[in-house]
Amino acid sequence: MIADVRALTSTEMVRRSIEGRRFSPINALVAFMLLFTLLTSVVILVTLLADTITAALPVFEARGFSFITDSLSPSAESAGISQGIMGSLALTGFVIVVAFPLGVAAAVYLEEYASDNRVTRFINANIRNLAGVPSIVYGILGLFLFVEIMMRGIFGTEGGIAGRNVIAGGLTLAVLVLPIMIITTSEALRAVPGGLREASLAVGATRWETIRHHVLPVAFPAILTGSVLTIARAFGESAPLLLAGAQLSLFFSVANDASFVDLVSNQPYTALPIIIFNFARQPQEEFVALTAAAIVVLLVMLLTVNAAAVIVRDRFERRYR
Amino acid sequence: MAIAQSSGDAVIDLTGDVRRRRRERRVKAVFFAAAAVSILISVAIVLALVGKAWAFLTSIELSQLWADGWFPRRGRFQLPALLVHTLLITSIAMTVAVPFGLGSAIYLSEYARSGVRRVLKPTLEILAGIPSVVLGFFALQFITPNIVRGMFPDAQSANFLAAGIAVGILTIPLVASVSEDAMRAVPLSLREASYGLGAKKWHTALRVVFPAAISGIIAAVILGISRAVGETMVVALAAGLNGILTFNPTQGGLTMTGAMANLAVGSDRVAGDVAAFQSLFFVGLVLFALTLGLNVMSGRLVRRYRQRY
Repeated sequence: MIADVRALTSTEMVRRSIEGRRFSPINALVAFMLLFTLLTSVVILVTLLADTITAALPVFEARGFSFITDSLSPSAESAGISQGIMGSLALTGFVIVVAFPLGVAAAVYLEEYASDNRVTRFINANIRNLAGVPSIVYGILGLFLFVEIMMRGIFGTEGGIAGRNVIAGGLTLAVLVLPIMIITTSEALRAVPGGLREASLAVGATRWETIRHHVLPVAFPAILTGSVLTIARAFGESAPLLLAGAQLSLFFSVANDASFVDLVSNQPYTALPIIIFNFARQPQEEFVALTAAAIVVLLVMLLTVNAAAVIVRDRFERRYR
Repeated sequence: MAIAQSSGDAVIDLTGDVRRRRRERRVKAVFFAAAAVSILISVAIVLALVGKAWAFLTSIELSQLWADGWFPRRGRFQLPALLVHTLLITSIAMTVAVPFGLGSAIYLSEYARSGVRRVLKPTLEILAGIPSVVLGFFALQFITPNIVRGMFPDAQSANFLAAGIAVGILTIPLVASVSEDAMRAVPLSLREASYGLGAKKWHTALRVVFPAAISGIIAAVILGISRAVGETMVVALAAGLNGILTFNPTQGGLTMTGAMANLAVGSDRVAGDVAAFQSLFFVGLVLFALTLGLNVMSGRLVRRYRQRY
């Protein structure tokens, strides 16, 4: 009871003493209905996970983890998802290499350097609008700019994939998450107390030295967590890849002797969410379990990464506090 | 530090080392370039859409946009069909997302103790992080057989109702978090004044805080609509491939995003300057303009409540 009172805000205590201890049916009903709406989301989430895992179990029972290491195939008995996992990891690599530094740099400019003028306001508004553009529209950008202009310009149209390589896909996803990356990093920078900057500037450090040695280290855990969650979004994204050149067939082969450059520039690729989309479209009943199994793999990967991000943040925050 | 060492008058030059100042300018320029990339992206999106959308419009008869059904490979581009189907999905999605999203937001903002919040808020965040292709599969394999067919036994296997519900589920976390922010921004003094006048808790939550936050709540709903209009994978999997205009939610059909995904899935065969391929860019432009309009509207409303409190 004492702990209960301590948890209350002063407003809440005043409310209780004015309202009295009398039971109000309307109060209870409204509170119950609101809680119900919130719990519905929990029920949906549990149902979704339970339903998918149940559907996926036969695949893991029959084939164990060879499902993860096997190659794509039109036959349900032997179809695996290894190309999807490799492709998704490669795409994520591009997103990290391109979107993370660009996003952090842009956010640092907007939060630490830019004065509140027309150009800054325009860039900020532009970033907010970009964050709301549907992902499939980024697919059109990827198809137009990265596949048709860049990759065909650099690597030509030979090899049958005509620029639809993993670089184009990776750049498309990087551009897609860039605005979100900038927004989350900006929020992390804004949370750094201004006194820290003033102290550093006052003893003669330049703006960049202040950012490099004081602002970024303090904001780093929040930037990292925000970035990981953003990159996880790219990992589960599929709509833009439909347009930006991921392979949609259930069978394609990558040359065994391909060098790294050849692999990223001239060989077909796909991604885990694209495979899920493909499996889910198959009319055969056996593909239902396969789809569920691929979803389980995707969700396990996403949840692991997210949990890792949260743990890393907690550890770093303790160190810098 | 370059301190001027003139013997008589002790003038101290505070401008600092030239090399450090030069590095400072370079760093700033690099960071500005990074920020400017976002503008280049916007320009590239518009260029990508407008060029081929224009080529599409000039290569077809405008009457083809009102032809019977959306069958791009047969030269029938009935845009109204896509718009009606998109509207259907969006309405169904909002019927799900608005009550559940707003209810969750009011509970989290006004009722939940911090312990309850710590448990339930992450659930919404996990739901927000589920890839949409997963929800598409869920719509196909769970919502259609168990929920839609429970109400309408002869519903098609791909139907607007199931897809709309799934899109709604995807939109709940967005609507909830934006409107919760709006309600938490309402100053405590409003609640205190309400309690002080003897209002009950429910009255304060629903009749004082909710109306005070209304512009933010409307912004949340508009943002939800924009998200639902642009949602692709759920629709591509669970809403069907029918290009014929229908108002029946137990049937399926192509939405704007569904039509785009469908063109992309077969883009190998229609690549090039064929009108069917170019229609992809035209539909993309319509979608882009629509969601941009909604987002700008929502952003204005959010800024309004930020200014007020």
